[in-house]
Order: sequence, then C-alpha cells, then structure tokens
Amino acid sequence: MPHSYTPGLTVTEHTTVRRRRMLSLPGMVLVTTGEEVRANQAVARAELPGKVYPLNLANQLGVAPDEIQEYLIKKAGDPVRKDEVLAENKPLIKWLKTEVRSPITGVVESASPVTGQVLLREPPRVLELLGYVDGRIVEVIPQQGVVVETDCSLVQGIFGIGGETGGEIVIAVTSPDKALTPRHLTADMKAKVVVGGSFISSDALARAKEVGVACVVIGGIHDKDLRALLGYDLGVAITGTEQVGFTLILTEGFGSIPMAGKTFALLSAHAGQQASISGATQIRAGVIRPEIIIPRQAGASGYPGIAAMPQREGIRIGDQVRIIRDPLFGKIGEVASMPADLQKIPTESEVRVMEVRFADGSKAVIPRTNIELIEGA
Amino acid sequence: MSVPSPAPTKPVITHPLNVIVATDCGSTTTKAILIEKVGDEYRQTYRGEAPTTVEAPFEDVTRGVLNAIAEIEELSGRKILDGDKIITPCRDTKTGVDIYISTSSAGGGLQMMVTGVVQNMTGESAQRAALGAGAIVIDVLASNDGRLPHEKIERIRTMRPDMILMSGGTDGGAVTHVVEMAEYISAAEPRPRFGATYKLPLIYAGNKDAQPQVKKILNEKAALVLTDNIRPVLERENLAPARNKIHDLFLEHVMQQAPGYKKLIEMAGAPIMPTPAAVGVIMETIAKREHLNLIGVDIGGATTDVFSVFEGLFNRTVSANLGMSYSISNVLAEAGLANIMRWVPFTIDEQTLRNRIKNKMVRPTTIPQTLDELQIEHAIAREALRLALIHHKSLATALKGIQQERTISDVFEQQQSGKTLIDMLKLDLIVGSGGILSHAPRRVQSMLMMVDAYEPLGVTRLSVDSIFMMPHLGVLSTINEKAATDVFVRDCMVYLGTCVAPVGQGKSGERCADYVITFPDGRVDKGQLAFGDLRLIPLASDQKASIAIQPVKQVNLGAGAGVSITRDVHGGVVGLMLDGRGRPLQLPTDHAARVAALTKWYSAVGLYPTVS
Repeated sequence: MPHSYTPGLTVTEHTTVRRRRMLSLPGMVLVTTGEEVRANQAVARAELPGKVYPLNLANQLGVAPDEIQEYLIKKAGDPVRKDEVLAENKPLIKWLKTEVRSPITGVVESASPVTGQVLLREPPRVLELLGYVDGRIVEVIPQQGVVVETDCSLVQGIFGIGGETGGEIVIAVTSPDKALTPRHLTADMKAKVVVGGSFISSDALARAKEVGVACVVIGGIHDKDLRALLGYDLGVAITGTEQVGFTLILTEGFGSIPMAGKTFALLSAHAGQQASISGATQIRAGVIRPEIIIPRQAGASGYPGIAAMPQREGIRIGDQVRIIRDPLFGKIGEVASMPADLQKIPTESEVRVMEVRFADGSKAVIPRTNIELIEGA
Repeated sequence: MSVPSPAPTKPVITHPLNVIVATDCGSTTTKAILIEKVGDEYRQTYRGEAPTTVEAPFEDVTRGVLNAIAEIEELSGRKILDGDKIITPCRDTKTGVDIYISTSSAGGGLQMMVTGVVQNMTGESAQRAALGAGAIVIDVLASNDGRLPHEKIERIRTMRPDMILMSGGTDGGAVTHVVEMAEYISAAEPRPRFGATYKLPLIYAGNKDAQPQVKKILNEKAALVLTDNIRPVLERENLAPARNKIHDLFLEHVMQQAPGYKKLIEMAGAPIMPTPAAVGVIMETIAKREHLNLIGVDIGGATTDVFSVFEGLFNRTVSANLGMSYSISNVLAEAGLANIMRWVPFTIDEQTLRNRIKNKMVRPTTIPQTLDELQIEHAIAREALRLALIHHKSLATALKGIQQERTISDVFEQQQSGKTLIDMLKLDLIVGSGGILSHAPRRVQSMLMMVDAYEPLGVTRLSVDSIFMMPHLGVLSTINEKAATDVFVRDCMVYLGTCVAPVGQGKSGERCADYVITFPDGRVDKGQLAFGDLRLIPLASDQKASIAIQPVKQVNLGAGAGVSITRDVHGGVVGLMLDGRGRPLQLPTDHAARVAALTKWYSAVGLYPTVS
C-alpha cells in the first residue's frame, strides 16, 4: 500500500503524553517518581542568580586596578546593603576621603585586580517550575526537572501565542464554521478556555481581553489582527512569551477557516473539564506546536492498554487529511489515491501528488507536500 | 589570498568510492543525491527528498535522511537501506553505497555570539571568523559597542548561543578590556541553547597575553578552548585557527545536543559539515579555478547565505531571518508589503497576501500549486535576495582573509568611508542555489529573479545549481576532489546565460544603446535597445558570441559614460539577456503602469506559461 511521510497535527480523544519539565538552570526537584501532581503544583525550584552591577572602583577611587584590594572594605563573597560603604581611600586630610557606596543590596561577587572592577550581584530570584498537567511523575532528572505523564485527550494547534495556562473548557459557538464575535464572549468566561469556530475578529479579541479569558481556541485569524494584537509584525514563528492578556491557539491557520469538525467535536465533548494549555510555538528544529491537554478525570472509564500514540509512518489511502495551501486551503477530505509518478501541476513543477476525495464526492489532485494528516484518527 | 574555508579533519577512507550517497539536512527539506562512477567519471544519477523530521512525533533528523534515501532507492532500484541502517560499503552492483556523507543546517544552524574589544576591528574579525565557519552571528559584543556593562551582561544571559567566540587585543597589547569582557561573560553565566547541563563551548582567540587571566575567570564557567589570536597585530587577520576550532566544537558539542544528530554523525562516513561552510568551499573553488569575481547565494527556508569572491578575497554572510519558508514572514516584515507587491503582475488584496505568507510560515514545507502563488513566492524571493545582498555589502568591507596586510591608514579610511568590496561592475559571475532558484519550473525565472534582485551592472554571467547539490559537493570535495569536480562540472552547474545591463536611466522608449552581436556561425544581429526594454536572445550553453555595444552619452557599460565596449558573452540555457530597464532599476509607481510593465517584461522573456 503506498504511503507518504507528511507531518500532521494530533487531535485525539485518548493518548498518553509525557511532558518534560526542565529548569533553565540547575536547582532542586521537589517531587519523587510515582508521585501524582497537579498542574499548578511546583515540581522543581531554582534560584536565578541576581542581576549583576559592575562598578569601576579603580576609576572612582583614582587608584591603579591592582591596588583596589587595599581599599576594599567588603571582600568577594561578603554581603552588602544598598548605600553601605564598599571601599574607601585613606587620605592624610580627612575631608579628601572618598567613599564608594553600594548601589544595591546583594553580595560582592568579585574584585578584579586587572580591570579594577567590582561586580555586585543582587540576591537570587526563586523560580518555581509548575507541573503544567495533572499527572504522575515518571522520571526525575536530578537538579534539572521531571517528566510528567498523563492520560488525556490532546489537541495540537498549528500556531499560538502566549505561554502556559489552564482553565475550564467552554464552547462559545454552535458549530465549527461559526465566527467568534464579541457577543459570544460573556463575563462568566473569565479565566476559562474559550473555544470558537472559524474566525476571531479584532473586536472579539479585544472583548476576550476585557473579559479576562485564559485562552481562545479558534480556527483562524487575519494576520493584520494578529499584528494589531501583538503590536508588531511577527517575523518568525517562535512564540510563547507574548503578553497579550490570554493565550491564543489557532487550529487551522491564517484567514477565516472552519475548525476541523473532529477538533471541535472533541473539545465540545470535554466542555466543563479542566485543560492545560500552551501557546508556545516554535517552527524550527525541535518543533513545538501549541497544545490543549485535557487530563482524564478521576474515575473516568479506563482505556485498557493505551500507551503513547504509536508513531505514524505516513499517510495511507483512506486517511483523513487537511489541504494546507491555496487554492483549496483548509478543506478536509480523505486520501483517494497516491500515484507514484511525478505529475505536472499548473506552476509547471513536476511533483508527487495525492488525489483527495471530499465529502461531496468530488476529487482534487494536490501536491503531497500540501497535505496534512489529521492524526489520532 | 583568500581564506580557505576550514574543512573538518580529512577522514581516512581505504576502500574505493564508486557509489556515494550524500544528504543535506536543511531546515525544511532533507535532500539526498546518489553519485555513481560511470566509466572514468562520477555522475549524479538520482535524487530524493523528504521533509526534515524535526517535528513530533519523530524529532530525529535521521528519519528525514532515511526517507529521502528511501526515495532514491525507489527510483534507482538500488538497495541502500537495511532497516534504519545504510548499507556500506557496496555489496554488489545493486546493493549498498561506498560512503554516506552529509551537511546540515537543520536545528537553526550554528548560532554564535562573538566578542571583541573594538567593534570595527576585533569585533568584525571575530564576526568574519564565525561567519566563514558557517555560523549565524546572533550578536557582536564589544567594549565600545555603546552598551552599558550591565546591558552587556543581560544580553549574554538572555541569548542562548551554541557557542561564544571571544577576541580582542593584539598580542602583547593591553589586556584590560579583554579581561573585562571575560568578567562580564563569567558574571552572565551563559547557558547553551540545547542541553541544560553541558557547558557552553567558548573559544578564546584574543591577545595571547590575556590567556592566563581568561582561563582563570572562565575555565569553570564554560568549556573553554584557547587558540591563536585572530588579530595578532592590527594589520593582519588570522582567522583559520579560530574557524577550525569552531568546526571541531560544532561537531563535538553542538551537534551532539540537537535531535538525532548523534545518530547522524554515527551514520556518516565523514564529519558532518555545516551547509554554509560546504557551499563556501564550492564558491571559492569556482572563483579560484576560473579567476573570477563572483557573488554566490544560497537561499534556503530559514536563512539566505551570500558568498563573494572579489580579487581573490572570500567573504560570507548569513542573513539569519531571510528565507522562503520559516522566515518568509520576516521578509515581508523587513522588505515591506509595497516592495514585494512591486514584482507581482496582478492585483491581490493585502489581507489575502498577508494571510498566505503567514500560512506558509506555519506550514513551511508547502509548495505553490497555482501560477499566482508561484509568482508571489518569486516576488518574495527577489526581496529576500536583495536584502541579503545589502547585508553582505555592509559586512564585506574590512580586512579579508589571513595574511592580508594593510596599513593603519587604510583601516581608518575604510571606517570613514565604509566602502564595500562588492563592485557590481567588476562582477563576472552570479551563482544561485537553494530551492526557489534550483527548482524554479523555468530556468529563466531563476535568472530574472537574480537580475531583478541584484541589478548586475554591465556584462555579468549567471548560473544556477541544477537541483541544489552544492552543499553535498562541498562536503564530498573534502574526501574525494575528483568526484566533486566531475559532478560539479557535468551535473551541478547550469549556466543560464549572460545579462548585459547598461548603467543609467532614461524615459521608457528612448534610445539606451545600439548593439551588434556576432554569433559563432558568423551571423550578425544589429539592434537598438531602448529604455524599458527587456530582450532575450537565444545563445546556447556551449556558445560564445561577441557583442559590441555603444551606449548613449549618459549611459555607462563599465568603460565610462557613452563609451562603447566589445565583449565576448557566454550563452546558457536561457541565453543572452539585454536589460534596458535602467540602473538603478526603477519600476513605475502607478499600479496599472507597473502591472503593464511587468507583464510586458515577463512575456518578453517567456517567464511564465500563458494562462488560457
């Protein structure tokens, strides 16, 4: 049976995901293997070294760099308070005395006899790493982090902005081809994960911010509205740190595109449940896609034998696929055939193609690279 | 003399190399080619490609490699793979290959931060050392870069480079500033991009007298490597030792951290080269062999690399966020919508165009299926190429290459004038590579994209990498020069033809120049080129014609305004392009007039199929 490798986005009712939660610098892991954790629970902690303040002591005292040690009152490693005297000279006439005071509270990190510079460091800042999803710890990486595993439903988006969040899923529209308008966004959606349909306009984005939703999940958005939301034109798809008031996840792409029926149905089936969300997208090496993870509720019926999703080796005839390039961008159909020979398309390029059959029975020939598998079927 | 691009240590290969499979793992696509010895010469016989597998669930670059090789297997009938292994050496005439080699720019390439003392001296030297080794320079820190000390420290902390190159000071000179920079780096405690626990590789290539202090300050904080000063005296650069160290550390540290690279290194029979370094090897070889001034470009999905060799001096720059897929949206952001739209010969509303560009950014492996989509991509490519050349011109200015002597007064003169080494009137050859140029459905599309973007002046030959195999041949040349040369000459380099472009401007339809072309068979073609004309004259790849051209008095072809020239011009698969559109190239500002001009030019050279 012919098949083709094509990347796809996972939309699945039940799977097991593992999320590696790593500190950005070595610290302390607070949980143990096998422990159940909550999404908002700290699983590791690190101390981010404080800001560094260089101070050119040699210049301020008017001495040679290798002489500064003689004038230092505080030595490397000593704590120091703001405005406390760090160093002073000892002139014969007292009123010619120069004192150098610390601009911060912190510690003296080093004093260089080569540059005459003293480095002061502010106290460290505590960074807490949260579990992100309700699940269990399956691996502890000493000093660095943990791996959390959860049985869940999973929806991957194509693009997102904003970081990790969470909240109760609420469906704001009646069908996946309906646009999300300001009137759909009500005050009771505060801190919730709002699922729309095909499109969100700029006024609905403003309303979402006003309401204080945790996340908007939507089929598409116009690039100009994204630009207005961010305040700049996004050049490369590396996101996750934006601060626009909520996390935004696109399931289909840019423009007005109905959310895939399967995605909408899955999210609708979990309305009222808590979801863990990440808008972080990195379309580069080690690709990261935005995601909606809905952990299985305690007491829910089990899925015997379900482990991590088996790896798909490509598209096969009969698979459900999404067309991801104009002129049929966003259309969903199933693979009807996969001719082996190269075919000439209207651009005159000779490429490998697939024949896709749509719900109305019509067919179209599409370059294989312009097809995306809807995974988790 | 130019700087030979550093190559990894040459591996010892004892068995004969008759069948070679080579891949380039790009940010978007992994391209595989099969090279076979046919009689006495090597030929490229089959190619395959597959999306680079950095996406979940694979997250392993070798999957894409195996997929691309599987396509070659399917087309050639040769069994190359045994499960996840490449069969080496050949078992018989239809099984296995003698070696597998690869280049890579997946993983975002090699991202480096460099430091110097004086920004325009050691800072620039460090930048050139890193760029020449195939890196993307994400920042240049210098004692005089205008940033306050705490800002420098914050910058080092927030950037997560793969590697840092420190330079500064001449040997025997003052150590203070370079030690100060070491203190800042130490205070910042820089973290590498990949891997939380491994130490960030840091190369120190500054004043040798400061080595003990730098070692004391940084030895515990980074994987410190000391090498020769890149600027031992002010008048001389010595980039090779630092470049070689960059290559070593790239293989030893950085690639080991990227997804699947450990496996890739094990699979390959020779060290993996960064793609730009491999292409650089090829560009230098062409320039040296033919004694040419050339500009080469490799336009990829994430980055556009520009190479130049002028008077034997090699330069390379990388525009990290100018590319045709991952970075396509950034081309729009940098060039502006109007600059892209000026190349599109039809009307499209801004919203639709912006959405289409963003959709390509989030789904980078897609290809244009319709003619209008192709024309939009070609328009964007023109702007990416143009911006990357501007970037290159701004950096190809100072000292070039090892042992390149110049006096202090030259240094100051250059700083004042900022004069680039790129002289478009002295340019002999433009070489294009990368998906959009190599895979353009018609070769004339590649030629006009480069002509529009670079606006060559006078007489300039153009060529293109046939199916994008320069990286493969670059790495191949490190293990078998004959194989690389054979394939390069016969299968890789496609000469498009020659562009003749008078410098000057005039009203559309006014006389620009008179020409007489004498063809090899003795036939003579006399004509007049008017401003606003774009003309294509057939001249086959193996043919050379003579053109005598008399420009009008305000127009220059390299010999001075109004002075005639006679030149031999080479043919190509496209032919001889006479470009009377003026230099600088100016497009009508009125929308309808611009669309009409583009339509006329595109139709004059048969750029796109006619839509019936």
